[in-house]
Amino acid sequence: MYYRRTLTDAQINRELLDVVLRTPVWWVVIVSILGLIVAGAASAFGFMMNQGLGVTGLQQPIFWGFFITNFIFWVGISHAGVMISAILRLSQAEWRRPMVRAAETMTVFALMTSLLQPLIHAGRPWRIFYWVFPYDWARGIWPDVRSPLVWDPTAIITYLTSSSLFVYTALIPDLAIIRDRSTGWRRTVYGILALGWHGNPRQWKLQGIAGILLSALILPVFVSVHSIVSWDFGVSLVPSWHVTVFAPYFVIGAVHSGVSAVVTLMILMRKLYKLENFIWEEHIDAVARLLIVVATAWLFFFWLDLVFALWLKEEQEMTVWHLRLFEPPWSWLFLAFIVFSYIIPVPLWMFRRVRRSFTWMLWTSLMVNVGMFLERLIIIVPALMRKGPWVFTYDTYRPSAVEVTLIVGSIALVALLLMLFSKFFPLIPIWEEKEGQKLIDEVKVGDRVVPALVKEH
Amino acid sequence: MANTKLMGLFQDPEQAAGAMTKLKEDGFPVEDLDVYSGSPFPEGSFGEHEPEMRLFMFPLVGALVGFAIGLLWTAGTQISYPLVTGGKPLLSIPPMTIIMYENTMLGAIIFTVLGVLFESRLPRRKLGLYDERITEGYIGIIVDCPEERATAAETALQGAGAEEIKREEG
Repeated sequence: MYYRRTLTDAQINRELLDVVLRTPVWWVVIVSILGLIVAGAASAFGFMMNQGLGVTGLQQPIFWGFFITNFIFWVGISHAGVMISAILRLSQAEWRRPMVRAAETMTVFALMTSLLQPLIHAGRPWRIFYWVFPYDWARGIWPDVRSPLVWDPTAIITYLTSSSLFVYTALIPDLAIIRDRSTGWRRTVYGILALGWHGNPRQWKLQGIAGILLSALILPVFVSVHSIVSWDFGVSLVPSWHVTVFAPYFVIGAVHSGVSAVVTLMILMRKLYKLENFIWEEHIDAVARLLIVVATAWLFFFWLDLVFALWLKEEQEMTVWHLRLFEPPWSWLFLAFIVFSYIIPVPLWMFRRVRRSFTWMLWTSLMVNVGMFLERLIIIVPALMRKGPWVFTYDTYRPSAVEVTLIVGSIALVALLLMLFSKFFPLIPIWEEKEGQKLIDEVKVGDRVVPALVKEH
Repeated sequence: MANTKLMGLFQDPEQAAGAMTKLKEDGFPVEDLDVYSGSPFPEGSFGEHEPEMRLFMFPLVGALVGFAIGLLWTAGTQISYPLVTGGKPLLSIPPMTIIMYENTMLGAIIFTVLGVLFESRLPRRKLGLYDERITEGYIGIIVDCPEERATAAETALQGAGAEEIKREEG
């Protein structure tokens, strides 16, 4: 049983706009550190452009390494944000309120970061334009729409545009709140962004409809995007990649890593932004229960992937799985991946005390994402790291310092963008919190007053 | 005859609902009354005018536009530079559907957002009659009436307990 604090509209404004309306020292320190890491990664990228891809660990026959792994990792992270938000909005779950904005924003920034990865991987990013635009305007040679290299940008740009519009639409009433609380040029900027919002019944009704309608439209896009990413692999002839189960396996894996990232984000937000009045143990508990289901579904698809390979007994397929399961360092990485992604966190989440502990949930959710990064690496590299026809030199893959710097830089970039966002916009939707306060109903039983919505969580 | 806009500011939503009832009783048409609030109230809380909308048309039109662009792009690029592979038909339908699907959804989503803005009557260049306290929890009751009825509206708002009444000449 929980008893939440009743807050007035003015208190909600004050608590959720604290960082927007003033700049705390800790915010400057964190942003500076993250900025330095991102600058370091940008320098590493500059060095790589100058020296060529030889400074990475990529070599014959392994041409996909950390960058493509990171691309899939961030696309995966981006999935849960909008998924959580859309499903919770569609089902009108009360506990969605504090987490939807942060989850949607993380989607946008993770997707932007994922888009950078193929650009980095190309070595010469300007060449990426050849994927979408004609190779030669005069002769009109267009890229082949039969190639996944065209499907991918189409899907990701659709998802990025949709998610950004989704975030902005729900942000308009909050922009009006900031407009009314600020002065000078900030008032002008927020005034323009708020589009002249008044908050009459017509506008509120449309906000509600927009949340549901956009959720319903974005969910199929969300499923399609990671399916298409999986087809980057699925339509190839590389053993262990062309498995029919890859699309749902990738989608559910994305949800697993993404929902875990939402948990990490919520716990960090609660601590940094002092959101104890808005993010409670009950919220983390609810997401952890969702994670148990998602993780188990993901494990089932992982098992199917393995069974399909073993069932066929194709020599090439068996070679790849042998490499993954029995040959170090891949066997150790495989063990780490399965232990971090499922064996440690899921049994722990069975305990209510763990689900309601911010410390436990922070570490287990981080552990899942380490495991899920390893999963993508194990899918990609061992499958390429084998002697095939017309392959005369082959070696293992060792990521270089440049690649590691760029991976760390990508994490810092997402964190930095989230921190910057939180400086200008509230990470928790203020108007939704106020609406939630209005819907609190209490029942008097004897001398106790208890929430009427006992099954809210 | 010029119209006058009045806004009564209420701290208590119950008083604001009372003001709406009084204004309607005094013969002010419900279409000329509006309510501003900092967060949504359940529909009909203030007995306000039921808005009519055609939002559902927007995603449908957007989906059609997106589908058409997707078809034009995928078929057009293949036809404009015909490259027959392995004797197979020039237009490869399965990969085309992937791009057409994404474009259809993108069109539907963009048009939905445009529809939401259009139906919300946004963007507006000027805020007009408004008060910043609305986003602090106050309720603003707006009355759009002919000048000669402004006094009656003001009396009704004051009688219902408005903390302040603002006026804008039309």
